Amino acid sequence: MDVVTTTAVTVDLAARPVRDLNAALHAPDPAPRWRVVNPAGAHNVAVGVDAPVAVQIDGPVGYYCAGMNQRADVLVRGNAGTGLAENIMSGSVRITGSASQSVAASGCGGLVVVDGDTGARCGIALRGADVVVGGSVGHMSAFMAQAGRIVVCGDAGHSLGDSIYEARLYVRGAVASLGTDCVEKPMLGEHLAELAGLLTWAGRDEDPAAFRRYGSARRLYHFDSANHTAY
Amino acid sequence: MQLRESATFDRHAIAAIQRAADTGAYRIRGWGAKRPLPHFDDLLFLGASMSRYPLEGYRERCGTDVVLGGRHGATPLRLEVPVTIAGMSFGALSAPAKEALGRGASAVGTSTTTGDGGMTPEEREHSTSLIYQYLPSRYGMNPDDLRRADAIEVVLGQGAKPGGGGMLLGQKISDRVAAMRTLPTGIDQRSPSRHPDWTGPDDLAIKIEELREATDRRTPVFVKIGASRPYYDTALAVKAGADAVVLDGMQGGTAATQEVFIEHVGIPTLAAIRPAVDALEELGVHREVQLVVSGGVRTGADVAKAIALGADAVSVGTAALIALGDNHPRYAADYERLGSAPGYYEDFQDGRDPAGITTQDPELTGRLDPVEGGRRVANYLRVLTMEAQTIARACGKSHLHHLEPEDLVALTVEAAAMARVPLAGTGWIPGAL
Repeated sequence: MDVVTTTAVTVDLAARPVRDLNAALHAPDPAPRWRVVNPAGAHNVAVGVDAPVAVQIDGPVGYYCAGMNQRADVLVRGNAGTGLAENIMSGSVRITGSASQSVAASGCGGLVVVDGDTGARCGIALRGADVVVGGSVGHMSAFMAQAGRIVVCGDAGHSLGDSIYEARLYVRGAVASLGTDCVEKPMLGEHLAELAGLLTWAGRDEDPAAFRRYGSARRLYHFDSANHTAY
Repeated sequence: MQLRESATFDRHAIAAIQRAADTGAYRIRGWGAKRPLPHFDDLLFLGASMSRYPLEGYRERCGTDVVLGGRHGATPLRLEVPVTIAGMSFGALSAPAKEALGRGASAVGTSTTTGDGGMTPEEREHSTSLIYQYLPSRYGMNPDDLRRADAIEVVLGQGAKPGGGGMLLGQKISDRVAAMRTLPTGIDQRSPSRHPDWTGPDDLAIKIEELREATDRRTPVFVKIGASRPYYDTALAVKAGADAVVLDGMQGGTAATQEVFIEHVGIPTLAAIRPAVDALEELGVHREVQLVVSGGVRTGADVAKAIALGADAVSVGTAALIALGDNHPRYAADYERLGSAPGYYEDFQDGRDPAGITTQDPELTGRLDPVEGGRRVANYLRVLTMEAQTIARACGKSHLHHLEPEDLVALTVEAAAMARVPLAGTGWIPGAL
């Protein structure tokens, strides 16, 4: 997935502000390949991009890297702070390290791949994007996730899928606890095929048969006084 | 024997207990706080006399324009009148209602606002200035709409339920509403009360920067707070980079909220304004970071009083719906069938609004003509503005923003303390040092 070629435009964030990078990426018909060096944990790198470009960021990024991404393929060679690829619409975002909390929060489409671990609330309020995590995810991941799929190759923290709607969760390792209204569901052939496709898309080689599937029991879709102790 | 009603267990309290026992469910309803509260009615203006010179009512100009959101170099909203339409969602409101609000606001040169559910093409097309709410749920949020907006309003809370998330009951989750929110049709939707990807003012500062970056710094960013701790919340919103602060008092409307929340959480609009202005003044940004006040604004007098206390503009929600036709006597028979009556209807959560405003039922929404509705909203906004001008001229002011606390007195000790103006006929401001 390395995008660096001799034709890539290089932006050194030690010498230029993030604003310059984002403005260039937002310009009409931006160059197809970009390399960002010395990000040094900067926030809001490659935010709001809506173009079929490849962006490689060499180093750690702060909050909201690749936020609201549309069509672009973003690779972070390092770790990421809060809100990686939040509200992603399409395209892909991959990081080789680990990410903090709220990965792909409210993401609508596209693919987010974290090779390492994530903090809490991975895939919170997910609305259709797909998330594949090579390591483990923190507590309250997939909270209120509405649509899309989350694949966790490691373990999941407490309250996985709390108040989940229609998102589908696949976890290979241990789940510390399930959140309200999240239940384990049968792993049928269609799910194995779906998971195999996601793993392949994310460039991973785990065996789909080693995963378990979780989703909504749909018991809280309508207010009911009998649910007063559910939350 | 003379019947005596209990002040503690009055008819409302008894009915609520009986209802709870019957149903096992708490009451969810629309509208806003109905309990008596200190409000703008408890203030009076001191018209000019010997020591102040009035302006001629029909000859001398009294400006009404306001600019919102230019602090950080974004393109600000330039409004002809300081009365905007508050955020209300498509879902809570029908598509014709959203269109009518846009038409009405645009006709008088002011803005309207989206809500928890995204931006509809109808409201964008018919709104000259459209503010895009960025909410904890992120329902319908997409960067294309973000870039189409004239301003962004990061919503932390609303006056009817500070600390609570949105709610939309299943009967209003039509196929279109469900698709916009990525939810199953017909479920009882509950929105989160916290944003999914930031916590606290330090994070909010980075989030606001993200929104600026995504819009190439062209779009102003407002922060909306429900009135509970307005001094601290306003200060922190400014610290986080807000271009304007929207302050919604507890009389602010809602489409669906637990009644116990509506009536018992938050503080009245009157009590919230001065602490927010204190924060702005202490930070040296009063009038640079604009304050937009909402929650129970009904008349031009309310507009003038809010501005005199330090607001730059006000927003109307419930009043705009009334202007559209909500609670109109022509629907008396329909209201009666629903167990209500004109002037009392509050079941915005129910989806059976006879006026076609707070419903997704195609037959009912068909009753609301957005062109006629827009005309009525525009009329109402013009009257509010002219009433406020009438008062301002009487106080000798050539612009609404020249109104000041010194122009006001209070009728009650409580209002005097909250608004920090003297009790009428005295020089006493309770609590003043």
